[in-house]
Amino acid sequence: MQFFLEVLIGGLLSGVMYSLVALGFVLIFKASGVFNFAQGAMVLFAALTFVSLEERGLPRWGALLASLAIMLGLALVIERVVLRPLVNQPAISLLMATIGLTFCLEGLAQGVWGSVVKGLDLGIPDVPFDVKGVLVSQFDLFAAAIAGFLVAVLALFFQYTRVGRALRAVADDHQAALSLGIPLQTVWAVVWAAAGAVALVAGLLWGSRLGVQFALSVITLKALPVLILGGFTSIAGAIVGGLLVGASEKLAEVYLGPVLGGGIENWFPYVLALLFLLVRPEGLFGEKHIDRV
Amino acid sequence: MGHPRQKVGEVLLEVSGVSLSFGGVKALHQVSFQARERELCAIIGPNGAGKSSLLNIVNGVYQPSAGTISFAGVQRKSMSPREAALGGIARTFQNIALFKGMSVLDNIMTGRDAKMHSSLLAQALYWGPAQREEMEHRCHVEKLIDFLQIEHVRKTPVGRLPYGLQKRVELARALAAEPRLLLLDEPMAGMNVEEKQDMCRFILDVNDEFGTTILLIEHDMAVVMDLADRVVVLDYGRKIADGTPEEVRRNPEVIAAYLGVPTEADREAVAEGAG
Repeated sequence: MQFFLEVLIGGLLSGVMYSLVALGFVLIFKASGVFNFAQGAMVLFAALTFVSLEERGLPRWGALLASLAIMLGLALVIERVVLRPLVNQPAISLLMATIGLTFCLEGLAQGVWGSVVKGLDLGIPDVPFDVKGVLVSQFDLFAAAIAGFLVAVLALFFQYTRVGRALRAVADDHQAALSLGIPLQTVWAVVWAAAGAVALVAGLLWGSRLGVQFALSVITLKALPVLILGGFTSIAGAIVGGLLVGASEKLAEVYLGPVLGGGIENWFPYVLALLFLLVRPEGLFGEKHIDRV
Repeated sequence: MGHPRQKVGEVLLEVSGVSLSFGGVKALHQVSFQARERELCAIIGPNGAGKSSLLNIVNGVYQPSAGTISFAGVQRKSMSPREAALGGIARTFQNIALFKGMSVLDNIMTGRDAKMHSSLLAQALYWGPAQREEMEHRCHVEKLIDFLQIEHVRKTPVGRLPYGLQKRVELARALAAEPRLLLLDEPMAGMNVEEKQDMCRFILDVNDEFGTTILLIEHDMAVVMDLADRVVVLDYGRKIADGTPEEVRRNPEVIAAYLGVPTEADREAVAEGAG
């Protein structure tokens, strides 16, 4: 029983790390109806920028603020160069644009900062501590707290502020939003900036765990099953989906692994997502789409 | 028939010599007309006559290739939809363009977006002025919800509402901006008789109570003749008539283009006349 609890809690906490990445996707999907392929690249870009600035002698807080500023600047540039020419175009065009953006960002990050794997130490001890006999990772708890905070802030922002409402409106219908005088450009800049900030946080946490390296942009693919489980349009869904994916992949590894030959952690979430698609394609918290025939 | 009210004021919207082409297709050719303050003006014409294009030009979605538009005394060649919205032009769409995942209330609140000014930071903190502003606008929106009798669905996501109600919510969202000019693109398309009557009543009430100038595209001739103070008729992108419903109804060109479906005997008579 104790072992089960340990696996479960470990899984849930590592799931929070997936949630953090998924959150970035949800933000942009909510505001533009587009799956942002470049989110992974943004995570890599943000983490690399932070580490490299620190390497060059900036103090930690200076590096953090500078990377944040760079991510915000990046959001403005993306809005200006990539998104603005695509107003009123079908969502698929925007999707293609974000794929292109992925390559640009990955190239830019490694071109400017180099492609060597860099270590990142946030100064949070990664030693497990004992809660009534169950070992819990301190680092994971820290990550969970940060994710929880981000989610609460973003959820409130989307639900209760005018800009949040405008974001949801723009996601639903560009043309109608424009006719109401909602400034599409501002809305997009805000949301990409928020996604950039979330990417920075995710990049730092993932980077300190795995080292800042190219693989970061691939790990973010784990966010896909999270989104399918939680729903593409729900911030809360990103969290619950992350927890589900984290817990189930660890439990599956431990209990099904020996039977199936081990290493199933890597593909189990995708199978889970596939099964979920059959039963509830909009995800746990997603908006249900009813199309009139 | 008609509403012979002594109510219209100054010219609010003047479209002069507007042309619009998409590639080689001329959607509009040298169209001019005026809408006066508090007037209920209908644009009619067969499918493809350029009615929606005309609305899209007034609202800034399309830029005319020639001609000018003056609204509230300001003349311009083109403007953006945002400028139009801030200037007091609101609209509804032919195919409902509501925010389907959002509640009725939130949909209507977005209509007031252009009227809200609190900064992003204040909103994020939901603090002081931002909160007060939100409350004030909410009050106004509740009045509109009352006015259009959609209290019972205010929290429902609009995607789940029946078609007739969705059209009503779209009207409410447009009204939320307190527009001076309201553009309605086929507000009654696809409705049953009862829904149409309701919508007619609402449109007249809006016109009467708020003094909103309304530019309306509609196919149902009975409705148009009943509602409109003035009717503009388009055919193949040209204006072929402009006047009171009575005048337009008697205009032979209009009858030929739109109203009358000539019988076999009519066609022979026309052919003889032409030959």
